[in-house]
Amino acid sequence: MLAGTNPGADEIRPGPNLGEPADSRAVSSYDWGIMPDGAGLPEGSGTAVQGRVIYDRLCVSCHGPGGLGDSGDQLAGAQMQLTDEWPEKTIGTFWPYAPTLFDFIRRSKPMMQPGSLSNSEVYALTAYLLYLNDIIPEDREMNADTLAGVKMPNRDGFIQVLD
Amino acid sequence: MTGQKKSVPVTPVAGNGLLDRRLFLQSGLVLGAAQLVAGKARAAGREQTARPEWMNVPGQPFTLYGQPAEYEDEVVRYPSPNRQLRNNGASWTPLHRLEGMITPNGLHYERHHNGVPQINPDEHRLLVHGMVRQPAFFTIDNLLRYPMRSQICFVECGGNSNAGWNKAPSQAEAGYFHGLVSCSEWTGVPLSTLLAEVGLDNKAGWLIADGADAFAMNISIPVEKAMDDAMLALYQNGERLRPENGYPLRLILPGWEGVLNVKWLRSLKAAAEPIMARNETARYTELLPSGKARMFTFTMDAKSLITSPSGGMVLKQGPGLYQVSGLAWSGRGRIEQVDVSADGGETWAPAELQAPVVPKAFTRFRIPWQWDGAPAVLKSRAVDETGYVQPEREQLIAAQGRQGFYHYNAIVTWSVDEYGTVTHVYTSEAQAADSDISIDAGWD
Repeated sequence: MLAGTNPGADEIRPGPNLGEPADSRAVSSYDWGIMPDGAGLPEGSGTAVQGRVIYDRLCVSCHGPGGLGDSGDQLAGAQMQLTDEWPEKTIGTFWPYAPTLFDFIRRSKPMMQPGSLSNSEVYALTAYLLYLNDIIPEDREMNADTLAGVKMPNRDGFIQVLD
Repeated sequence: MTGQKKSVPVTPVAGNGLLDRRLFLQSGLVLGAAQLVAGKARAAGREQTARPEWMNVPGQPFTLYGQPAEYEDEVVRYPSPNRQLRNNGASWTPLHRLEGMITPNGLHYERHHNGVPQINPDEHRLLVHGMVRQPAFFTIDNLLRYPMRSQICFVECGGNSNAGWNKAPSQAEAGYFHGLVSCSEWTGVPLSTLLAEVGLDNKAGWLIADGADAFAMNISIPVEKAMDDAMLALYQNGERLRPENGYPLRLILPGWEGVLNVKWLRSLKAAAEPIMARNETARYTELLPSGKARMFTFTMDAKSLITSPSGGMVLKQGPGLYQVSGLAWSGRGRIEQVDVSADGGETWAPAELQAPVVPKAFTRFRIPWQWDGAPAVLKSRAVDETGYVQPEREQLIAAQGRQGFYHYNAIVTWSVDEYGTVTHVYTSEAQAADSDISIDAGWD
């Protein structure tokens, strides 16, 4: 599969062992990652109705009204399919996992104040983006359980090359 | 022509005036130089004296950190930022104005997703956690005490050269088209050393890396690569990393797509599965005509281009002997051979490879060329040690379609007209004419 082989233990250069043990509290404060099955999703919840208000305040200047795109990515409203000559790769047509939305929005957005959103605001924005892409209804609450259960249309659209 | 030895023929070895690659090993050849159209006018009309003014007064004093000559002020990166968020985007290395195999630190390409963080190294730590026996923090001071190694290798953005997918050939200068790649000597701690210390679980298949920039970039890396030749880099070309290249700590994964070489590295989490981050699903995946997209396309395949003469240059001195010079590299190992053509690919001749030829690093190639003043079409074609041959553009598009965006590595073709003006062309004129729709770089 991958080039190269793992070195045996005797090939690894010994280090001076200067790591400082990290307890679980320190680790969880550093670890914001959300796995594609939803592992790591925190408490909190939000709906598309709530998300629209946040989107129109913090996101619309780059991503355009209704996620149609501007200087930032087009997020929704694809007219072209992935097999068309000029495909539109939106959340609805392209993204394979819904929890990735939470992972990405929470760590990176909004671009001018990254890290400023509460977990419930991130759920609300995630719900709005899924609603814009006709993946969930407008009143469907997104939380750790429901977001993990959302199946994306392009879930099986990827070939793992691993090379 | 003077100084030639009888062992090296000056008759062409391939069509349109390519000469034996060994010719330049001789002395006394008179070379023309490809010059940039926009080059600063220097000493025009000024009388050359045997003792110029700078010999008549003492020179400048010492400097704390040297800077390029003031006359080299056009040797700069070309930023291509997002139009609203100016700290988000890429800047290109001016490959067409450089020689040799090493990229100067101030000219290394940049790709930032939300600007360059200004990190105080005393307040930065690396956390290694997840499927390990003992999660641990490492300070920069501590990492500086670890046994280190150095490796010369390129780093190339997956989106490099992506204007090549366009139906009309880009007329950007070579570096501002293909310069999201640079080559440095990186020095740091083998990642395997730290993973051994923290007791990596042998069921862990992936490491999820996070950066300490405003984007908090995250991406998944297979453990096999981490244990093979991955490095926690602290130094670049002998000095500590530049802020825009990850100061104080970055990953270097030789030969692998740039985005995996996470800058400003703040944590590595060992996991059974990849995190499927935005930048390994929605981005940095290659959509095929079938509608399926290739993901985890780690290795940058072999590529080459002629950097001189190249697009935008003019052979101002007219017909004569020129040096064709370029770069080749492969994420799969050493460059085995670079062939050059001056007749659009009808005939090819092997270029001289500048030693040392280092795996997964820039390899400089050169070949002499007697330009007779007639239109010519220059190309280079790299072959790496695995036998992989750099594809023609038509082959690449036939295999991958036009919407892959990333991993464009086709042969680059430069046309030289009778005035010596160099432009970028596609071999197939029909393809060049059929549309003017361009790829939107979309750096966000």
